[in-house]
Amino acid sequence: MIFERSTEDRFAYSLPDLEVEREELADIIDSKFLRRTEAELPEISELDLIRHYTELSNKNYGVDSGFYPLGSCTMKYNPKMNEKVARLPGFANSHPLQNDKANQGSLEIAYDMQEHLKALTGMDEITLQPAAGAQGEWTSLLIIKAFHQANGDYDRTEVIVPDSAHGTNPSSAKVAGFDVVTVKSNDRGLVDIDHLKSVTGEKTAAIMLTNPNTLGLFEEDIIEIRDIIHEAGGKIYYDGANLNAIMAKVRPGDMGFDAVHLNLHKTFTGPHGGGGPGSGPIGVKSELAKFLPKPMIVKNDDDSYKVEHNVPDSIGRIKPFFGNFGIFLRAYTYIRTMGPDGLEEVSENAVLNANYVMRRLEGTYELPYQQHCKHEFVISGSRQKKMGVRTMDIAKRLLDYGYHPPTIYFPLNVEECMMIEPTETESKETLDGFVDALIQISKEAEKEPDTVLEAPYTTVVSRLDETQAARKPVLRFQHENIVDEK
Amino acid sequence: MSHRYLPLTEKDKKEMLDTIGISDISELFGDIPEKVRFNGELNLKPQKSETALLRELTRISSKNITTDTHVSFLGAGVYDHYIPTVVDHVISRSEFYTAYTPYQPEVSQGELQAIFEFQTLISEMTAMDVANSSMYDGPTAFAEAATMAASQTKKKKVVVSKGVHYQAIEVLKTYCKGQDIEVVEVDLDGTYTDIEKLDAASDEDTAAVMVQYPNFLGSIEDLEEIEKIAHKHKALFVVNSNPLAISILTPPGEFNADVVTGDTQVFGIPTQFGGPHCGYFAATKKLMRKMPGRLVGQTQDDEGNRGFVLTLQAREQHIRRDKATSNICSNQALNALASSVAMSALGKKGAVEMAEHNIQNTNYMKKQLKSAGFTVSDGQSFNEFAVKLSKDIDEINDTLYDDGFIGGFNLAHLGDSYKHHMLIAVTELRTKDEIDSFVERLGEYHA
Repeated sequence: MIFERSTEDRFAYSLPDLEVEREELADIIDSKFLRRTEAELPEISELDLIRHYTELSNKNYGVDSGFYPLGSCTMKYNPKMNEKVARLPGFANSHPLQNDKANQGSLEIAYDMQEHLKALTGMDEITLQPAAGAQGEWTSLLIIKAFHQANGDYDRTEVIVPDSAHGTNPSSAKVAGFDVVTVKSNDRGLVDIDHLKSVTGEKTAAIMLTNPNTLGLFEEDIIEIRDIIHEAGGKIYYDGANLNAIMAKVRPGDMGFDAVHLNLHKTFTGPHGGGGPGSGPIGVKSELAKFLPKPMIVKNDDDSYKVEHNVPDSIGRIKPFFGNFGIFLRAYTYIRTMGPDGLEEVSENAVLNANYVMRRLEGTYELPYQQHCKHEFVISGSRQKKMGVRTMDIAKRLLDYGYHPPTIYFPLNVEECMMIEPTETESKETLDGFVDALIQISKEAEKEPDTVLEAPYTTVVSRLDETQAARKPVLRFQHENIVDEK
Repeated sequence: MSHRYLPLTEKDKKEMLDTIGISDISELFGDIPEKVRFNGELNLKPQKSETALLRELTRISSKNITTDTHVSFLGAGVYDHYIPTVVDHVISRSEFYTAYTPYQPEVSQGELQAIFEFQTLISEMTAMDVANSSMYDGPTAFAEAATMAASQTKKKKVVVSKGVHYQAIEVLKTYCKGQDIEVVEVDLDGTYTDIEKLDAASDEDTAAVMVQYPNFLGSIEDLEEIEKIAHKHKALFVVNSNPLAISILTPPGEFNADVVTGDTQVFGIPTQFGGPHCGYFAATKKLMRKMPGRLVGQTQDDEGNRGFVLTLQAREQHIRRDKATSNICSNQALNALASSVAMSALGKKGAVEMAEHNIQNTNYMKKQLKSAGFTVSDGQSFNEFAVKLSKDIDEINDTLYDDGFIGGFNLAHLGDSYKHHMLIAVTELRTKDEIDSFVERLGEYHA
């Protein structure tokens, strides 16, 4: 821990000299507002600081370390060029509150990104404001709420969410002030149309759908779903978490979605950063456009760009400034790197890779849904469970084989679930290696289950006691500990 | 292979299709109804080579005026501060930036420990019991403090000072609207929250009393008085704070704040057109299980080794779904790391020294302006203050660009009473020469 490496009087900074004549602080600021005890920040030399963080990085696994088939997360390669572009001083050191004429470069990127996302999604207007997918979901629901209320429709209090949906869907609906209604999946992993009909009605504000869904399956009845919701007066919302499967094949706008968010940190290679920052732009059809959050970024007649604050029907501001510029700049760089044909091939190869891995695994692991998948699929560890080994154990054993495990126990509607998303940036050799490891682990489960049950063996720590962490939470380093140890 | 990011060769594809038992990739998309399929070409710019694209984007980037091309006196929530070189080195280590949320702790100990250290640094800085692993930014963290307060106190009104960053108030209103929470704004008296009006606006139905310290106009609010008002009505006392400022100012925790939020952009994060920055959220132990966002806790493994895991996840959307305390999922982990590195590089002494340079430089500029006859706002400043000039600030700024300056924020955005007022920020990076020349340059706009 960096606090344990701290030694009084060491430091790793070099501030410019103070050139103005120093005055006594107490002559400038009331003494009751002057801090008496300094915050206990570590005191460490520059080399030791670097060694500390290098050591931490060596205890971490990223896409650059190896295969990372975490379902629903789209852990594809993060191009290095994007990182370089984001660090160009003209972008990195620009301030959001300058006059428009001083920010023409950043505004041009933002505007052109909006145009590119319109084309990709088939939507009419885009805002780049939301910081992440969850904020995009919530923003879209506020827009849909504003639309209904503008029509005098105050009784649409329900948002329909499939049982396989990501947890942010029901949660975003709740914080946007809606009640959540769950619609069941049928035995093919798709929205149960009869059940959908029975829960749709006058109270329906919207349905939130991912398509392909979190099982990696395309909702073939999308037209019927759309019609059921629209005929009831509701709106249909597209969770863009899985857009990587369908670029240039089918667009949310063409499927009839009224609002959509995109996770630029998934499909469009913004790095995940160990949990963020993300970027979750949303797109809407024209009838919802006037409710978009403000400000908007628009193009003037003379081809210059401006920040438009005058958006009278806007739901308001949802984020300071213009969203996570540094992340959508990376995504923009990626889109321009790939071009339209490249992005189509991205989706084709992502789907091909997923189906290949799925077919190679189906003899060994239970495959709950037989149809072709899209960019990801789920398999079940139910056969291995009968051997006394659970999906959690298989995941831990994969670590010993050098792979990051898939998403496990999600979606909630498949027993002992493993959700695998290879992405298109992986080679066939990598996929084969991963499949071979999973098959080998199944053999171990059969012949020597203890090997799997006690995994992992090769990681810096073995299985951690999560119950203790939650029961007696220790959420910060306590400096007294150092004293105790001395 | 047709692109450097796409490794499958034609031979690979053929073999894979054989394994799947189909002859063409298009069969994998056969379940998309014909009626909605996209058959044209996407209206995107064509792909560009690495060199050509880099050249184009560099050219576009150079259209911006930046702190490299100009001397900046603009802050208003986003500041030009010293960033130790080590910061970018650490966050460029791809084991950090290409990792997902640390759901598999055995291979994520680095990230988990880094977050645990961030939580500790923020707790220390704010003098609060606990801090989470980050929020999107300061304003959304502040807004989530209001929704948390409403849920904790079961009340539906928050009282917020107009001394809070205007964009944070706007974000707060949007968040509250979704949950039918009333937002009552309280005027300023000069550059400080009007304590009497704050008292009058707060009552037994108030879930939170919310202020900023130092406030948007740069003044150091009297948290001692404000705390009494908040707690008298059993409301939560929420303070939005610049974490650099409170390394030298008495931290909100020492004034019994219940929640402290803010943005750590001041520590190691470039301005980058307003984002990504990094919100923080600190609270008392009592509120720990109500907090939004991820938390990392310390524990041990089977063999008794110290280790770290995501904990108290029962608060979060992926477990509790529509019962979660917040819908936040992705946060700002990499930027939290950047701020941790910057805070650790500065250390105990450096953070205080950097903060003091802000105070000294700002105080010097205020004095220079005053002696040149300008009307400078009242109040004790950390690194910002308002000055009245002779005409529209946007117009002034347009001419200042020509002379190599980025002028301050146009306060007229807050309302007509601030017409012709400029909010000036002076950080530790401004030299005496730069300050003197700027004061001289403003002479033309003497009010």
